[in-house]
Amino acid sequence: MLSNAWLILAFPALGFLYCSLVGRLISRRSCGVVASGAVGLSFLVGLGALVEMLRLPAAAQSVQLPLWNWIAAGKLSVPFSLLVDPLSILMVLVVTGVGFLIHVYATGYMQGDADYARFFALMNIFVLAMLMLVLAGSFLLLMVGWGGVGFASYALIAFWFQKPANAAAGTKAFVMNSIGDVGLLLAIFLIFINFGRLDYSGVFSQASQKLAVNSPMATAIVLLLLIGAAAKSAQLPLHTWLPDAMAGPTPVSALIHAATMVTAGVYLIARTHPLYQLSPTAMTIVATIGALSALFAATIGLVQPNIKRVLAYSTISQLGYMFLAVGVGAFSAGMFHLVTHAFFKALLFMAAGGVIHALAGEEDLRKMGGLWRRVPSMYLGFLVGALALAGFPLLSGFFSKDEIIFAAFASQRGSPVLGVMALAVVGLTGFYVFRAFFLCFHGTSRVDEQVAHHIHKPGLSMVAPVGVLAVLAALGGYINFVGGTGAIDRFLSPVFERYTDPVPLAVGAEGMQEPLMMVSVLVGLGGIFVAYLMYVRFPKAAARVGGWYPGLYRLFLNKWYVDELYGFLFLRPGRWLGELLAGPVDGAITDGIVRGAARSVEWFALGFKRVETGFVRDYALAILLGATVVLFYLMQIGGVR
Amino acid sequence: MELVYFFSVAAVAVLSAIAVLVSRNTVHSALFLVANLFCIALLYLSLTAEFLALVQITVYAGAIMVLFLFVITMLNPSSEETPDKIVNRLPWAVGLSLAFLVGLGLLFLTSAGKMASPAQAMQPAAGNGNLEAIGTSLFTQYLLPFELTSFLLFVAMVAAMVLAKRRA
Amino acid sequence: MIAPQSHYLILSGILFVLGMSGVLVRKNPLVMFMSIELMLNAANLAFVTFAYRFGAIEGQVVAFFVMTVAAAEVVVGLAIISSIFRVRANVDVDEVSSLKG
Repeated sequence: MLSNAWLILAFPALGFLYCSLVGRLISRRSCGVVASGAVGLSFLVGLGALVEMLRLPAAAQSVQLPLWNWIAAGKLSVPFSLLVDPLSILMVLVVTGVGFLIHVYATGYMQGDADYARFFALMNIFVLAMLMLVLAGSFLLLMVGWGGVGFASYALIAFWFQKPANAAAGTKAFVMNSIGDVGLLLAIFLIFINFGRLDYSGVFSQASQKLAVNSPMATAIVLLLLIGAAAKSAQLPLHTWLPDAMAGPTPVSALIHAATMVTAGVYLIARTHPLYQLSPTAMTIVATIGALSALFAATIGLVQPNIKRVLAYSTISQLGYMFLAVGVGAFSAGMFHLVTHAFFKALLFMAAGGVIHALAGEEDLRKMGGLWRRVPSMYLGFLVGALALAGFPLLSGFFSKDEIIFAAFASQRGSPVLGVMALAVVGLTGFYVFRAFFLCFHGTSRVDEQVAHHIHKPGLSMVAPVGVLAVLAALGGYINFVGGTGAIDRFLSPVFERYTDPVPLAVGAEGMQEPLMMVSVLVGLGGIFVAYLMYVRFPKAAARVGGWYPGLYRLFLNKWYVDELYGFLFLRPGRWLGELLAGPVDGAITDGIVRGAARSVEWFALGFKRVETGFVRDYALAILLGATVVLFYLMQIGGVR
Repeated sequence: MELVYFFSVAAVAVLSAIAVLVSRNTVHSALFLVANLFCIALLYLSLTAEFLALVQITVYAGAIMVLFLFVITMLNPSSEETPDKIVNRLPWAVGLSLAFLVGLGLLFLTSAGKMASPAQAMQPAAGNGNLEAIGTSLFTQYLLPFELTSFLLFVAMVAAMVLAKRRA
Repeated sequence: MIAPQSHYLILSGILFVLGMSGVLVRKNPLVMFMSIELMLNAANLAFVTFAYRFGAIEGQVVAFFVMTVAAAEVVVGLAIISSIFRVRANVDVDEVSSLKG
């Protein structure tokens, strides 16, 4: 199974081909089944590979699978080869496992949509690209998958492109991703210049020899990689595309913008950790960006009226946690949170999607309320997800978040500032997610009359995945205890300790773990309690609190005016430049050249036209002139004088 | 003796040529051209090209000029010269003609003018003379051009008939 | 013994230039045509002179052909002239300038 890991890629590829070419002819429903089945089969192959891998000794757990010789051009030799090791298998299982559940959910959610087949074709293409990204054995293959997920994301965000706003959101996502792509490409160029090769094993094994610690080159490479990661994972300052991406169907938001694609940035940093560890400066930057993004996004999530946007900002915030983790050297903690976050965030999105589906498309929290009776399945799912997100003790999120907060304070690269920021975010998180929960499911119903009559309970295809994910979100944290604590750390150590030494904890920091756990639990519960007070006990309180700090409220509501800032800094000059080039410059230069060519031909023609006078005698004169010239010329040649 | 002959014939030829150009009456021009052709025929005689001289008189002066006169009388051109429509080209014409003349003069006087040795010069032919020589040449070495020329004459005949037809 | 060949050639040149000026200066198409005939004869004279000089009969043969072709040319040319100028009042070459650029 390990050596057949390429099957993991083959199944989604076949699914895509089926859905795009044949499916719409056979039956639309079959597309959903085939697509989900493909992802499910990939999951099984991944499981098989995992089982096989665990039986191998740690050193042998990194398996290269060269499939064929892709590029062999002079110095550049890039075989199409996969790298199957604990890190990539972990990602494969998350992508295919959660992906499978979301595909099944989508068969119910997208029922009745005219473009059903196209949807599943695109979903499978996305899964294919994401798997290629995580299974890649070299930077170039990574780039292929990277670009592929960018495209699939764009196509799926703008799925209902008939509405211009959706198309614009897709474009925005793609453009910002492209900025990241440029960073990644430049990093790959620098890597090739310095190492002469692009495969992971080759580059990482030579990393410490070829690049000095904290050298400008090392820092440059990893900062460029960071640009790519930040764009893909919607971190500051390249985060504005993610909230807009909520224009896509909810399964898309669940899969791409919660569980998988946005985690590609974290994966990238984890995978290239040997390079990052050569530049402590860059790692600090990563951690700082993560912490700032977490705090920034959490503040915005406090006041958003659209339920999906709350979840989107929550995603940015949680990704910030992951960046913080890898930034302080706690790579496995970051990956652990990636896994639990995939569970509970996908769960939250799917539950929210169930509500939206039942309310025939309503997404505004102000028009919901009291729905716990009407859609109990989604109510329970959302509750579990919200508790996990807030870090309620013993649920999955609690364990993973704790690791990160501990690492922020305790790691040698950590700092108290980062730790305090992380703790603050815990409180804010508890507040915003339960604000959404209470507004949506509790209190008096503010639902529209029309909509309320037609509330449409979600079918089994939607409820079942929600149930499965609820279980995972609740109990998923215990995988870290398989065979003793720190299982994930041990599982991933063959990857993270293969080329480098792990980042040690600061002296005497071990003792901080227990107290920190207490503090974060208290902060989290505090956030939940405040939300309860403001939205259940004293429902009028929310408006009044908003009145106390109107400036802050508006700042958060308007997303700190970042979009407006970008519009001013980039869009307006860009548009000005475009109009300048299209108008005067294009007219003067290119049109000028074309018209100038025509005019010069005309000028010449007019000049020559004067020879044709129409008078025979003029022509005879011209012949005489020519004859005289020829006569003298021949005489000259003949030597006559 | 020969020089006298030559210069008198040459003088008549040049004078009649000038007269062709200058005459107001087209018929007069034609007649002066006939005189010119006749002089040329005389010059051929002195160059031992007797057959050619006779052909010149018969064909050129006899047939072609008569045809000219037919057309002249048919068209009946008026005597007055209409005013020039174009900018006067006379300076150009005179200048270039003189230049051409100078060129020719230089050419003929320097190289081509060198006398051939009397031995190399053509002798008056014996027997049927000039006619036999030309005839032999025409029917052996230049047979193809000869045949083509007859075809050309045929074409010219047909062309003239087609061109001169009144539009029906 | 004849006069020196150069004299014949100079005469040929003079007649040729005279014919040329006739083409350039006169406006009556018939006179222009006659000037062209003059030029042809001048060339014939040159040919025959050279035939005499080199003792080659080819010069006379060429002159013979020139005469023949000149005859054909005159026929066609006069046919054209008569068809163009048949219906016009004045016979003036400058009138047929409709092919001007």
